[in-house]
Amino acid sequence: MTVTTAAERRARARPRLAVEGAPLLEVENLTTHFRLDSGVVRAVDGVSFRLDEGEALGIAGESGCGKTTTALSLIRLLPANARIVDGTVKLFGIDLVAKSDNALRRYRWREISIVFQGAMNALNPVHRLREQIAEPLVQRLNVSPREARRRAGELLELVGIPKKRGSAYPHELSGGMRQRAMIAMALACDPAIVIGDEPTTALDVMVQAQILELLEDLRHKLGLSLILITHDLSVIAETCDRVLIMYAGKVAEEGTVHEVFRRPRHPYTQKLLSAFPNIHADRRTLDVIPGSPPDLRNPPPGCRFAPRCPFAMAVCTEVVPPETTFDGVRVACHLYPAGSDGAPVTVPTADAIAAGGARP
Amino acid sequence: MNDDATPGGGSGDAGGSGDEILRLEGLEVHFPIRFGFLDAILRRVHGVVRAVDGIDLTLRRGEVLGLVGESGSGKTTTGRVVVKLTKQTAGSIRLDSRDVTSLWGTRALRAYRRRVQLIFQDPYETLDPKHTIRQFVMEPLVVNGIGTKAEREQRVLDALDAAGLRPAADFAARYPHELSGGQRQRVVIAGALVLGPQIIVADEPVSMLDVSIRTELLRLMLDLRAERGLTYLFITHDLSLAWIIADRIAVMYLGKIMEIGPAERVIRSPQNPYTRALVSVSPTPEPPSPGERAKRTILVGETPDAAHIPAGCRFSPRCPSVFDRCRVEEPPLIDVGDGQASACWLAEGGRRLPVVDGAAPDAGPAPGSSTA
Repeated sequence: MTVTTAAERRARARPRLAVEGAPLLEVENLTTHFRLDSGVVRAVDGVSFRLDEGEALGIAGESGCGKTTTALSLIRLLPANARIVDGTVKLFGIDLVAKSDNALRRYRWREISIVFQGAMNALNPVHRLREQIAEPLVQRLNVSPREARRRAGELLELVGIPKKRGSAYPHELSGGMRQRAMIAMALACDPAIVIGDEPTTALDVMVQAQILELLEDLRHKLGLSLILITHDLSVIAETCDRVLIMYAGKVAEEGTVHEVFRRPRHPYTQKLLSAFPNIHADRRTLDVIPGSPPDLRNPPPGCRFAPRCPFAMAVCTEVVPPETTFDGVRVACHLYPAGSDGAPVTVPTADAIAAGGARP
Repeated sequence: MNDDATPGGGSGDAGGSGDEILRLEGLEVHFPIRFGFLDAILRRVHGVVRAVDGIDLTLRRGEVLGLVGESGSGKTTTGRVVVKLTKQTAGSIRLDSRDVTSLWGTRALRAYRRRVQLIFQDPYETLDPKHTIRQFVMEPLVVNGIGTKAEREQRVLDALDAAGLRPAADFAARYPHELSGGQRQRVVIAGALVLGPQIIVADEPVSMLDVSIRTELLRLMLDLRAERGLTYLFITHDLSLAWIIADRIAVMYLGKIMEIGPAERVIRSPQNPYTRALVSVSPTPEPPSPGERAKRTILVGETPDAAHIPAGCRFSPRCPSVFDRCRVEEPPLIDVGDGQASACWLAEGGRRLPVVDGAAPDAGPAPGSSTA
């Protein structure tokens, strides 16, 4: 079997330039702007996080919060009008932001690969599955075409597609099978990190459960490190160890899934969770988040969530809340100033609760 | 905000006095399989796709009926038959006790569609990028020759306002690309409202949208029902959305209804192994505790194709509770009481499906409710 196991992975050759003892991935103050005719969109505005070996991190938020741009910035798969203007992305201590496009190519797919949302659009309709999965092996790892096809067959089996289906074209497969093929392709070069950008969004609930089970399985079998980008909190609850909640290009809250989902601190996280249609909860608890995210060409001063926040105070509209950490949870909200014990500074009034429906 | 305008109105027959507005009986939609031109000329058929394979369904006035199923279950085809975009191959349709089964032809259909409207899934594809919102919403009025110019304008503004696009005059002049996904879907809803329909068939109306926007639109749909006495056929693959909005839920699999009943009963006490599996994998924003994962029933494989429907119970090859009889004899919908019925031999004789340990989920704590 050419696919490495968890134990082998730890001993796996790191890139030549890797810094001894550096974490797998460390992103600091990442800032990505889009240039439009109408102005500069600050899509990602000073985002920091880290990913350890074997860990699964979920990045969640509404459309336009910068979660996909954050992920694409890691390997600079950005549209032509986007640019990383500040920050570092360190993989094994190697700063990828400083790399030239040519030098970065060595890291794409071999160290960090992506599973995209629409498997129908991401797969090439005129090539057989096996050829598509073999291609990165030939291109990136200089494997012989014959050997690459053999490995492609193994990868297909690994993701639950019978080897003989490798001769099929994408249109001959169901949505779930195509998504499995995408995962096989992302695993082809045995990357250190796999990014899933809404990997289950277009799928039926039962197929989604199958794919999430597969990811969970692969993670434990192969010791994969995962970054899952999704607006669907249930996917993160199901598969991730830690979660990063983004709002309008900034980090709102970050911590273990267990802690953040059971005791959300940021009002935005609270709203997101209480607006989630949950079959196992009372259907009367359903909440809405009033208003819409700000225009990132001209974000409001202070906290970007303040205009929609039921607990907004005077300071929120003026001062950008700093990130503070309590019990391993990082929050950017004036309710939790540095040096406090992690309890909100103000007890929300009954009015605010009635108006907001959140339960801090 | 949390207390008023609560989605999901109530339990059971909320809003409905029980009188029928639409009834489907023995509905079948079979598509012939032909390969190419020659088959079409010679009327040669290589098989039949049984997309909808004999269903009875009643829509009560003022209710939201959630029609739930995976891809290939026939839910969308059923919806298309109701709005008469697809012709049934057998069965009857009655609207307000009037037989409309063989109602075809442009003029008759125009009149029909004033009363029965459809909302599609994808607001990005439904709207023509070159038309203003006003043009889109006004089009049905123009096609139907309704009202003077001034009256049309007023109806467009009223519809936009009702769909929560305020100020309406401002939105009317915009183009689709200037709107967010949620706003676009509101425009589509306004377009469906402008003719003043009684029934709205909504096919995955919120599935393309962010989870946070979905709830807003579901609330809007429920508000509109209260204001205008609408009846909805709400088609979705997501049981949790049906749970939020529907009074009754019908679960389809491979062209048949597997289970139907009040939402509360179907979700909390599913009597069909298929429904039970769907409930068990339904997404929740709660991280699973170690033992919880094992309680889920992830079915193996995928829905078979509707040209090769398995013998006996069509779910039997994937059913975790299958026994001999299931493989040879197809179960009818069996009444299990409280308005609930299940197409499963286990439900025969009024028996309830045995409760497997932990398989019937209890109402867990609401998200965030445990916050200290």
